[in-house]
Amino acid sequence: MRTTRISFLHHSFVRAVTLVAFVVGIPSVRSARAQSSMPAAPGLAPQTQSDWPPAVKDNMVFRHALFDQLEGRTTGSENELRCDGQGWIGTDMNRLWIKSEGFAGANGVSDGDHEALYDRPIPHTRYFDAQAGIRADVDSNPTRVWAALGVEGLAPYFFNIEPTLYIRDSGHVAGRINGSWDLFVTQRWVMQPQAELNFYSKDDPSRQTGSGLSDIDAGIRLRYEVTRKINPYLGWAYDGKYGNSALYTRQSGEATGNSSFVFGFRVWY
Amino acid sequence: MFSRRRFVQGMASAGALAAFGGKNRLALGEIAQRKASELSGSHFELTLDTLPVNFTGRDAVATGINGSSPGPTLRWREGDTVTIAVTNRLKMPSSIHWHGMRIPTEMDGVPGLSFRGIAPGETFVYRFPVLQSGTYWYHSHSQFQEQTGLLGSIVIEPREPYPVEFDREYVVLLSDWADADPESIFSNLKQESDYYNYHRHTVANFLSESKAKGAGPTLKERTAWARMNMSPNDIADVSGAVYTYLLNGHAPRSNWTELFRPGERVRLRFINGSSMTFFDVRIPGLPLTVIQADGNDVEPVEVDEFRMGVAETYDVIVQPHDETAYTIFAQAEDRTGFARGTLTPRLGLTATVPPMDPRPKRTMMDMGMDMSSMKGMDMSDMKGMDMAGMQGMQMGEPGMPESHANGTAAMPSRPNGNGSMPGMSMSGGVGMTPFPQPGRQTAPAVPATTAASQDVKPEPSSPVKIHTGPQVATKPMMVMSRLNEPGDGFQNNGRRVLTYADLRARYRGVDRRPPTREIELHLTGNMERFIWGFNGQKFSSAEPIELKLGERVRVVLINDTMMEHPIHLHGLWSELENGHGPFNPYKHTILVKPSERVSYLVSADTPGRWAYHCHLVFHMHAGMFRTVVVS
Repeated sequence: MRTTRISFLHHSFVRAVTLVAFVVGIPSVRSARAQSSMPAAPGLAPQTQSDWPPAVKDNMVFRHALFDQLEGRTTGSENELRCDGQGWIGTDMNRLWIKSEGFAGANGVSDGDHEALYDRPIPHTRYFDAQAGIRADVDSNPTRVWAALGVEGLAPYFFNIEPTLYIRDSGHVAGRINGSWDLFVTQRWVMQPQAELNFYSKDDPSRQTGSGLSDIDAGIRLRYEVTRKINPYLGWAYDGKYGNSALYTRQSGEATGNSSFVFGFRVWY
Repeated sequence: MFSRRRFVQGMASAGALAAFGGKNRLALGEIAQRKASELSGSHFELTLDTLPVNFTGRDAVATGINGSSPGPTLRWREGDTVTIAVTNRLKMPSSIHWHGMRIPTEMDGVPGLSFRGIAPGETFVYRFPVLQSGTYWYHSHSQFQEQTGLLGSIVIEPREPYPVEFDREYVVLLSDWADADPESIFSNLKQESDYYNYHRHTVANFLSESKAKGAGPTLKERTAWARMNMSPNDIADVSGAVYTYLLNGHAPRSNWTELFRPGERVRLRFINGSSMTFFDVRIPGLPLTVIQADGNDVEPVEVDEFRMGVAETYDVIVQPHDETAYTIFAQAEDRTGFARGTLTPRLGLTATVPPMDPRPKRTMMDMGMDMSSMKGMDMSDMKGMDMAGMQGMQMGEPGMPESHANGTAAMPSRPNGNGSMPGMSMSGGVGMTPFPQPGRQTAPAVPATTAASQDVKPEPSSPVKIHTGPQVATKPMMVMSRLNEPGDGFQNNGRRVLTYADLRARYRGVDRRPPTREIELHLTGNMERFIWGFNGQKFSSAEPIELKLGERVRVVLINDTMMEHPIHLHGLWSELENGHGPFNPYKHTILVKPSERVSYLVSADTPGRWAYHCHLVFHMHAGMFRTVVVS
């Protein structure tokens, strides 16, 4: 499952890197100009030399990779593996953002959703970034590729919220909203309710997605922050299909609503 | 004069010190050796190299100077010209900045502004005249090397006798040490800004707080903060979760110890050489007489405790009469740890270490909300600013008593605002040579009468409009002068705590001209994104601040953030306008409290490219940095 994803992502990755490089390039040219326009003070102050380093490097590239859900799910009769992660690389103002999620179970890989997005803080907002790029549904079902446009950030009361709109050929439109909230029970025990909702404008029977609200994946997880970056957790998750999605799911003989016990690790680095 | 032998001795003892670092007990010989890690004279050789250390019980690697970290204390004499050859044996470029020293810009040691930096294997020779006295310090200005221990203290003996006598003196250099790589600390902060905060709001402390003050008020307060995505527990960005706090390079358990004889007057030269930590300093059982701040003598003021912003220095006199030991207790502002040492009449005697005080919390006042007049909620931000500005102006008035007393327009008032420099033309080139540090002998460089005749309002700063956005998360509705406040966490602790208003210079300020213009700068940031800057801009996207050589300006700092920022201007003094007029104190680092408006005067008397920045090292590298060009 990992292998296909990575090989597919290769193309969009290269494109997104090019995009980011282009956008990053503009501010850096501007700052270089700002420095060279420093007034000279002949005989008074030494000239800054072009090969001198900047006094501080406040445009450093950082990276972040978070696997929010790296877990086993069991309904008692059925077992699944779930992976949901995102990561970014870039400066404060320009980032390449990768998101990936999917289920792996007895019936193969489903809900395989992978995105490569250019990310930039939205001017005049404090905690929200705009994201644009592509989404690819790659799993055991037919592949779909979408253009993606979304927002990710922190709403008041520390709510993480992440609505995204997707468009693909022949007028298909999809929407997704992700939300989560961290409730610190103690300094290291953290309860996280989380929900993801998917919407589609048209039926896509071969991927078992119907128009309207298609599915909800929600859960509540109690994690322990052994360190900030390694958090084992236990929890409960609900995964349900609605509308025509439910119909397609029933037709293939699967349950339309699963309530499962989950356990796994939340890790980042 | 420098003696080679003494230099070698210094190196050897510093090495020995490092080896003894982890021990609890001290032998007499060790104390003697530690004293030898002071170098004096006028010629110095410093070698920067990696240094194996063990401050925490785990082996780690520091950047040391002559085989020790902190490096040797450099003892200079006012009036000497010192030469310091710094050899870099690190694998990366390095530098040394002489913090608070008024020296030529190319000697200031800031890579990118003064010079290229010192490349690996290279030796750079600093040479400059020492035209001031007092307690200062030095540190690397390259990347995060001050965090890894590249720092040391400077003591400059005055030419004139000391105005306050003492029998012995010790440097007390406080710092914060992390076994972790500072790059990783910075990266963690960028990814999760409260990474090191283990004092967040939780269900557990909600319950205990509710018990104390009721569930309703607790919930109300917490939701008020949460609605803004802010936390009142945001005291320090980096905490004892990763830091071990050091006193002269000693972790608390290795207890730095020095001797006194009962009845002696002991001068302690406190230096906050930490990267991110504010220290609250006291010596239980002893009153502290503060006699110097940032290297400049102040009128003695007796307190029980004082807060040190990063990079500030305070000299205090203590006079222990009893045959008993005392603990020097320096707790981090966020109470996640402390540095400690012992003053004792004889070795083996120690004093109890007090428990740490309750952890401070930010208040709505820190957020710039005046809770007492909550009707202020509906007033616009700008109105709030204006009010604060007026308040500040009133504050500043006692700062210029002469100009108001004699201030008739003896001269035709000239239009200001065209960038003309009355100060310069009036005083015939005053400011073309750097002003001396105020002292017993210094006369005002501009006669008071001349100064008074220019009773002209300084040209106001071009208006600064701050908008919230990715780089500016908070904008207080109301800012005010907070010079009379000791700071968060000190309210009603029963001790006399030093405030900025207490600092009155011992000697009259030298440049007596009123400022010709004002420069307003907002300290801004977005804690969540860990972006910091001035006026909503990071260093890389901002133009330098330009000063004309010889001009005198008022800098107005408005802290739009919820944290304290120690703002350090290189190369020029910052004369804090705290109401003492000609006796306003000269400082090199000004601590600005949340939602505070503070102003100070600067004489641009030394040409150069000067660094101007928040001295919290990770704020500086997140953009809170400007170049000040004097030309």
